[in-house]
Amino acid sequence: MSSALVISQLLNGLQLGVILFLVAAGLTLVFGVMDFINLAHGVQYMLGAYLVATLVAWTGHFGLGLLLGLAAALALGFAMEFLVFRHLTRRDHLDQVLGTFGVILVVTEAVRMIFGPAPLALPTPAVFSGSIALFEGFNYPTWRLVILAVGLGVALLLWYLVNRTRMGMLVRAGSTHPATVSALGVDIDRLFLCVFAFGAMLAGLAGAMAGPLVSVEPTMGDRIVIIAFVVVVVGGTGSIKGAFVAAMLIGMVDTLGRAFVPDLLRAFLGRSAAATAGPALSSMLIYLLMAAVLSVRPSGLFGRRAS
Amino acid sequence: MSGAAAGARTLACRLLAHRTVLLIALFAAALAAAWAAGSGHGAALVARTALLALAAASLSFLIGQAGLVSFGHAAPLGIGAYCVLILGEYEVRNILVVLPAAFAAGAAFAAITGLVALRTRGIYFIMITLAFAQMMFYVAASLSAFGGDDGMAIAGRSTFFGDRILRTDTQIAVWAVALLAAGLVLLERISASRFGLMLRTGRENEAKLEALGLDPFRHRLIALALASGIAGVAGAMLANQVDYVSPSLMNWHISGELIVMVVLGGAARISGAVIGAIVVVALDEALAPFTAHWKLGLGLVIVAAVLLRGADIGALIGRPAKAPDHG
Repeated sequence: MSSALVISQLLNGLQLGVILFLVAAGLTLVFGVMDFINLAHGVQYMLGAYLVATLVAWTGHFGLGLLLGLAAALALGFAMEFLVFRHLTRRDHLDQVLGTFGVILVVTEAVRMIFGPAPLALPTPAVFSGSIALFEGFNYPTWRLVILAVGLGVALLLWYLVNRTRMGMLVRAGSTHPATVSALGVDIDRLFLCVFAFGAMLAGLAGAMAGPLVSVEPTMGDRIVIIAFVVVVVGGTGSIKGAFVAAMLIGMVDTLGRAFVPDLLRAFLGRSAAATAGPALSSMLIYLLMAAVLSVRPSGLFGRRAS
Repeated sequence: MSGAAAGARTLACRLLAHRTVLLIALFAAALAAAWAAGSGHGAALVARTALLALAAASLSFLIGQAGLVSFGHAAPLGIGAYCVLILGEYEVRNILVVLPAAFAAGAAFAAITGLVALRTRGIYFIMITLAFAQMMFYVAASLSAFGGDDGMAIAGRSTFFGDRILRTDTQIAVWAVALLAAGLVLLERISASRFGLMLRTGRENEAKLEALGLDPFRHRLIALALASGIAGVAGAMLANQVDYVSPSLMNWHISGELIVMVVLGGAARISGAVIGAIVVVALDEALAPFTAHWKLGLGLVIVAAVLLRGADIGALIGRPAKAPDHG
């Protein structure tokens, strides 16, 4: 395997990591602040991609479409919180699982009715459509670098918001001591509303960024949200830092595993055995990682509350 | 003589009071009606409902008795189905081998993943069971020798020493209803036993159990393995019914629908899951002819049921709502 291949797989891993981080950030905060399990978070990711794809086609301009799409995703987040989620926050987890599962069925099917089952095209903006020569003989798609930059930028912004603003202070306090924060006169329901809608927008952003790489279809959120759950569990609920570290770790392990495990196995097993076991093992890697982390730290790498 | 009559009367009362017996009788009657009408579709529907009810009942045992909200119950279901496929490829089709193997495989999966998952509680448990089930989905999809993403047709339905006992829809339905009855009786007997009491105590008050020197972990692990084994059997029968096995049986939407059945029917009693399964299959049958988007209707029903708090259909049937007081 050449060094160019290794570097491009490392970059792919980082890029999957930042996408996962954008999705997991909202999830982990909502878990932290309200002890709320939102299975429908993948729907926000899918809706973000659809909104941006539609608005880009409508305005004919990627940047404008993206901005309008994010605003729409934020508005949808507020609306969904108002209609459904705020009524579930004080229920037991079973009701939350059921209610948010119902939301997935409704929204996925509604999207399928409106846009049809065929994937929607979200073209890469022309400026970023080529690839850049990072060094002699090594080209990397520009759009993937843009995703990387945007993801890291958002991570920095989130770090600033959570650690340096009053709102962030409340979110941090709310994720560890919700009862105390509430007793001090903070409206924890409004805090939840803001965190939820902001998380929905971040998931929408992730969907829009990933849109040109994957196909924009009604079930695109399913796969990503379950990996995002793994990220949240490994990182520890309520911890932005944990989500970031875990997202990078899992993005790397998944990408590198898929790229290199079959080759590695071929060195130890026969060719046919490796061809069978390789894909199976590489798709199990992140779950095995999760199991390993949890058997050492049942509440995740940066989890503070006992689970 | 009068003693025998009184005995028969109490027995009849107990039978009528026993919702499980009524439900099984309902299945048997539906099957008889389908057979009399010569309706293959009817028998297939009875079989499918009974098998989904069996899987949902095993999940109800976990949720209602042990307090373990597993979001990965589609995994043992799919593992059971893959047992039929994989054993069939090696010419093993005897039902006395296939069903126990499906039970063992489902139970083994749950026991291994349970060692990690049961260390956690609440949201973590839900997400970890979901993640492990998704892992099995991808493992199944990567088994290129057994159809990969698309799945493949089974080599043949299970037999009894070469005797083709599952040839027709009616035969499968008879087996499905019998297995459902056996599964329900088993799960209810266990729930009523000391073991079930310990599970419920652990759900309500874990400290109490620990103070008594009892280890809830071991009980939960056994409960998880048992319920998953039963789901494996249901999956094996489903594979026989449709002659086809694919990873989509382990899709997390299946896990979600099983939870829907349990909660709609009421998790307090195991037979509630049977009612929930009947309701979901009936919704499917009623809406599917009108629209390809019947899941939208199911989703709306679920959201409305949860938001309105009237989610427990079983409670409505079991305990009639108080008549409004007009005085």
